[in-house]
Amino acid sequence: MARAMTGAEIVLQALADQGVEHIFGYPGGAVLPIYDEIFKQNGIKHFLVRHEQGATHAAEGYARSSGKVGVVLVTSGPGATNAVTGLADALMDSIPLVCITGQVGTALIGSDAFQECDTVGITRPCTKHNYLVKDVNDLARILHEAFYVAQNGRPGPVVIDIPKDVQFAKGTYIGPNKVVHKTYRPQVKGSPQAIRDAVDLIAGAKKPIFYTGGGVINSGPAASKLLREFVDTTGFPITSTLMGLGAYPASSKQWLGMLGMHGTYEANMAMHDCDVMICVGARFDDRITGRLNAFSPNSKKIHIDIDPSSISKTVRADIPIIGDCGYVLEEMLRVWRSRAPQIDKKAIKAWWTSIEGWRSRDCLRYKMRDDVIMPQYAIQRLYELTKNRDTYITTEVGQHQMWAAQFYRFDEPNHWMTSGGLGTMGYGLPAAVGVQVAHPESLVIDIAGESSVMMTMQEMSTAAQYGLPIKIFILNNEYMGMVRQWQELLHGGRYSHSYAEALPDFVKLAEAYHCVGFRAEKPDELDDMIIEMINSPKPVLFDCRVSKLANCFPMIPSGEAHNNMLFGDELANEDIELAFSKGKALV
Amino acid sequence: MNKMEWGPAMPLDNPQQRVERHTISVLVDNEPGVLARVIGLFAGRGYNIDSLTVTEVSREAGASRITIVTTGSVDIIDQIKSQLGRLVPVHGVTDLTVKGDPIERELALVKVAGKGDKRVESLRLAEAFRAKVVDATVDHFVFEITGKVSKIDTFIGLMKPLGLVEIARTGVAAISRGPEGM
Ligand SMILES: Cc1ncc(C[n+]2csc(CCOP(=O)(O)OP(=O)(O)O)c2C)c(N)n1
Ligand SMILES: [Mg+2]
Repeated sequence: MARAMTGAEIVLQALADQGVEHIFGYPGGAVLPIYDEIFKQNGIKHFLVRHEQGATHAAEGYARSSGKVGVVLVTSGPGATNAVTGLADALMDSIPLVCITGQVGTALIGSDAFQECDTVGITRPCTKHNYLVKDVNDLARILHEAFYVAQNGRPGPVVIDIPKDVQFAKGTYIGPNKVVHKTYRPQVKGSPQAIRDAVDLIAGAKKPIFYTGGGVINSGPAASKLLREFVDTTGFPITSTLMGLGAYPASSKQWLGMLGMHGTYEANMAMHDCDVMICVGARFDDRITGRLNAFSPNSKKIHIDIDPSSISKTVRADIPIIGDCGYVLEEMLRVWRSRAPQIDKKAIKAWWTSIEGWRSRDCLRYKMRDDVIMPQYAIQRLYELTKNRDTYITTEVGQHQMWAAQFYRFDEPNHWMTSGGLGTMGYGLPAAVGVQVAHPESLVIDIAGESSVMMTMQEMSTAAQYGLPIKIFILNNEYMGMVRQWQELLHGGRYSHSYAEALPDFVKLAEAYHCVGFRAEKPDELDDMIIEMINSPKPVLFDCRVSKLANCFPMIPSGEAHNNMLFGDELANEDIELAFSKGKALV
Repeated sequence: MNKMEWGPAMPLDNPQQRVERHTISVLVDNEPGVLARVIGLFAGRGYNIDSLTVTEVSREAGASRITIVTTGSVDIIDQIKSQLGRLVPVHGVTDLTVKGDPIERELALVKVAGKGDKRVESLRLAEAFRAKVVDATVDHFVFEITGKVSKIDTFIGLMKPLGLVEIARTGVAAISRGPEGM
């Protein structure tokens, strides 16, 4: 089906043919022809954000919670530069986005024209791929290619920069099935030999552990199901990164909780002491490994990843398997079942005994208080009161994010949206907007910090405009808590610019945004107010006043080994000084 | 306190590993910005570029060949190859050094100015190195020389005391031995 259309018509036709229903954007001079086409149709619904960063995070939340590609439309110059944070975020967390940016006319490119910037130059290192379309006849192919590239292999953001004259020019449209990418063919199937070797290694393990990550979620719900089957069949323990929460149910006995800097004692000790590590779709990031030369020193490592550059990047894999997690897990399970291996039951039992020992340390314990709300308690209550509903959680970045990961328990994939790789404050509120668009009937909660949420607060206006009843549950400690915690532990308690002074009255702010505000100050008020929040049909800002100086533990200081954790309940100042003196230069 | 102990001890930075020099061929789709992608990757991730050449090798297929000479530990070289392979417009990456002793050639233009003995000596050396005279006046020569990098280095070294004015080098073009392609 090849037809002549204008560039702007081609954009809308290609989006429709790609099955796009929702896009997030903000207009401007260089995208007006595309906005004109949006006006003329009803198939695709456009959500007007209040800042282009909000559009990118909304698209990320939409993509991560639905498995679809998130689509963003912004204008040239400042529109494009405002979108950069979200693109970098999506690249780090492997979220499929297609971001269309307007550009000045081709004749003006390079002349420092009004609202001109080198969008492909600026976004090259923070996208998986990007295009500048100079000929309208390339436009349809590029749009379809962009969707292919964004979703296949390791997902990521793709930018298409379209000059204004190309949007007006007439060209030929081709449909998606006419487009085959010239070069990009990611390897999906793992090597059968490597898969058999891996099964042998797993079968002979005495102290095995599954270590899984966001790759399992990206692979799709089938991969999570296969992971559950495999883990349950083996009876082995499992931990996961921040990005992988929900792929395996937190309610299972085999679940050890999250690992890494603020992970559980049992997960980190089991990683340190294991003899076989089965890494599925995780990338040995520094928040996970701590000090590399002390990381799980006695284990053989199987690493399944679709991105060859993630394998043996920081930690050498003994059995690398390049492929899609879902496909490889399916094959592994098949080989496992056909071989029906005899596992060393005695050794595995002893391994579980060690793990139970670590578990009994009860590392997440904190001191309850009845005069102030402990942030951990607030999340526990939020969990208890929302766990029986279809609830999606997003977060901002900081202590509250770690507490959410520790205390909210995820049983399903795609229900947890957080900025892991880039650690972008301001992610959670717009991400919640995107999640709510994808799941209009579900309960969508942003577990927020008072400082982070101020970075993209204006998106409350978007939520109000479209009647998206997102709930912003702010753990308000009046500090950039995570910064304050590091200053306490590493910089002699000198709280340089980490106090959130002159905070707005969040309840009044909610009202100003045509939303609903709540404030809870005492633990005994919490439950009723959370229930009221849930029942409110409107977007909510919930100002949950929590203990101001609570710290997030356990913690492995940067550059430390996994078996060197600090616990909140038994720290003397000297311990802190000693533990942190070494890694001061690290982030 | 040694760095290995407390730094994020990237095996990539492993001081125990020997630094090697590798010649890598990258076949890319000749789309705009592809060279910027490759160079940006090296700059952004802190890899070395000792030499880089690029030209179209097939007009019909729109393919270009980039030849990169780089140095790094074995782990870094492996990372470089996987990172290059990950770029969307890349058809293929071949480590010619791993394939074994590739044929590497470079061309240089060398301008030498001088009179008398020095001038005679430069011409004599040029003949010994099979360099061609491509431009001359009574005051200068421009020599064209092709060969291995080491040969060109040596020639330039010899020209220095004889009135070397300037040099232009192409960078390395390389290909594997034997009948197979990359
Ligand atoms: C855009 C951005 N700027 C700065 C930081 C550094 N940073 C990390 S956590 C944090 C404090 C977050 O404060 P808040 O949102 O109140 O969360 P809390 O830690 O108090 O729960 C800061 C400033 C960041 N992650 N992102
Ligand atoms: Mg705070």
